[in-house]
Amino acid sequence: MAIIKVVLHLGDDVSTDIIYPGRFMATVLPAETPQFAFADNADFNRRLKAGEVTAGSAIAAGKNFGCGSSREQAVSCLKGYEFCVVARNIARIFLQSAINLGLNIMICPALEAAEGDELEIADDKVFNRTSGKSFHVEPLPKARQAIIDAGGLIPYTRKLLTAGVK
Amino acid sequence: MGMTYVQKLLAKVCGRQRVAVGDVLEPRVQLAMSHENGALVINQFLEIFQGTNREPKVWDPDRIAIIFDHRVPAESSKTAGNQKKIREFVARQGISKFHDIRGDIGGICHQILPEKGYVRPGSVVVGTDSHTTTHGALGAFSFGIGATEMASVWALGRILNVEAPGTIKVAATGRFPKHVYPKDLILHLIGKLTAEGANYKVLEFHGDAIRRMPTSGRLTLCNMSVEAGATSGLVPPDAETRRYLRAEAGVKDPLDIFGPDPDAVYDRVIEIDVSRLEPQIACPHTVDNVQPIGEAAGKKLHQIVIGSCTNGRLDDLEIAAKILKGRRVADDTRMLVFPASWRIYQKAMDLGVIQALSRAGAVVCNPGCGPCLGVHQGALADNEVALATTNRNFKGRMGNPKAEVYLCSPATAAASAITGVITDPRGSIKAKRLKIQDSRFKIG
Repeated sequence: MAIIKVVLHLGDDVSTDIIYPGRFMATVLPAETPQFAFADNADFNRRLKAGEVTAGSAIAAGKNFGCGSSREQAVSCLKGYEFCVVARNIARIFLQSAINLGLNIMICPALEAAEGDELEIADDKVFNRTSGKSFHVEPLPKARQAIIDAGGLIPYTRKLLTAGVK
Repeated sequence: MGMTYVQKLLAKVCGRQRVAVGDVLEPRVQLAMSHENGALVINQFLEIFQGTNREPKVWDPDRIAIIFDHRVPAESSKTAGNQKKIREFVARQGISKFHDIRGDIGGICHQILPEKGYVRPGSVVVGTDSHTTTHGALGAFSFGIGATEMASVWALGRILNVEAPGTIKVAATGRFPKHVYPKDLILHLIGKLTAEGANYKVLEFHGDAIRRMPTSGRLTLCNMSVEAGATSGLVPPDAETRRYLRAEAGVKDPLDIFGPDPDAVYDRVIEIDVSRLEPQIACPHTVDNVQPIGEAAGKKLHQIVIGSCTNGRLDDLEIAAKILKGRRVADDTRMLVFPASWRIYQKAMDLGVIQALSRAGAVVCNPGCGPCLGVHQGALADNEVALATTNRNFKGRMGNPKAEVYLCSPATAAASAITGVITDPRGSIKAKRLKIQDSRFKIG
């Protein structure tokens, strides 16, 4: 069971424009996108780049996290810091891309958390050590498990290709 | 128990008798579309083949479309580099549906696909762009995916793990009042559904208002379905679909036109009488923050944008030109026009539409995504306010998180350009003139 700290708390309908503003979209490679994560939140972006945020920390969010544009930079920039996104629910394209790239995500419909809270993460629940409240985690769609188990969509597709399943 | 349109479509594509909501399928893809983010798709695609001793080869070069539209012509050497990388890949793989930066075949991907006849009713279309929902207007199950997902499609020719979505039926009846358009209908609907109201579901459009609506309006509806979270917007194909594909898109091969079962089961039915609709405005900073125009009227505007994959089609430009003809864009407001494709641009020139807009003071730019996502032209200054016919008003969307974007129809945008404030196109439009010369002397 991992214990991680909420370093950023966000409300509902956080779009990929907030996570990765459109003006940085010419940068596409996963190795280069993390520098622009939450670029319009200047202070948080500075702390990220300065290495002041522990890798593997939590971002807590409300409903419909990652809505809007399909830009995968919004996923890869968070993956660069090994964030765990704990949200009340997650928009479709973002959810699939997170699974495809191996970004940690938890769907936690009743989540209550604030910046600085410590979360205990288990497969089926999130325990907020700061508030003492426990929250149910919705399992990811079963069909996606094969991709997660393979380590992401690239190795999974490679496996299908080389197995001759087409 | 009957099936909705998307269930029947997926059953057909997957060769099954029935598809139930939640079934996990791996449908083959009729068309796979990308734009400049194809550069990332190529990167991921090549990675799939690493260590396999196989030559990286796309599954079918005729089923991949790549259209440059997000940053055309390139605004930076970085973008030019991405475009060059894609051009080389396209040549190497023999990808035939490639639309480079050209004044004849260029344009925005969500206009190029319909007008070139690349989309077929009853098929699955995917694109690395969230507004790929647009092509449901022609009866395709069409949705946005990430770049890595697309790389997998390029390799396999099918898309993995598609869950058959539930369907929200939208029944739109009645006749649109004067100066009220499909854009007002879809904004109203998004306001009703909220930004997540259709998450993981599709919208299926029905009713006599849809049957009478030309494909251009249907493209607007389906384009913005994603703003309610919908996986796709869908108009079950009909006589208008056939007319558009034959007469405007030049499609000659047989069309597979079917509708949902009469006893299809819907998650929810929403009825809208469009004859009672007013012009709508989506206020900052979410698309579901929708108000009837009266609530926002009078708001001072610095920039008007007409165009984009949502409302840059010929009838949109004609509506704007009709309102602006012989009048002027307000002195302290600037107006930018982005036709959705060069075909539209040329037709608009033939009809005098471009000239009318230009004479009124609008800057008619080249077809492309322009300022819609804040990457290219038309960025806003701090505290500026824009009114746009585009599809998103998220914070920072037009290149500046300290600016505001309101969304509306082309008629509302054109009327507001004349006054310089948000203006109801149904009323009398009184031009405001600044006496620039006088005020300059006063300051001196």
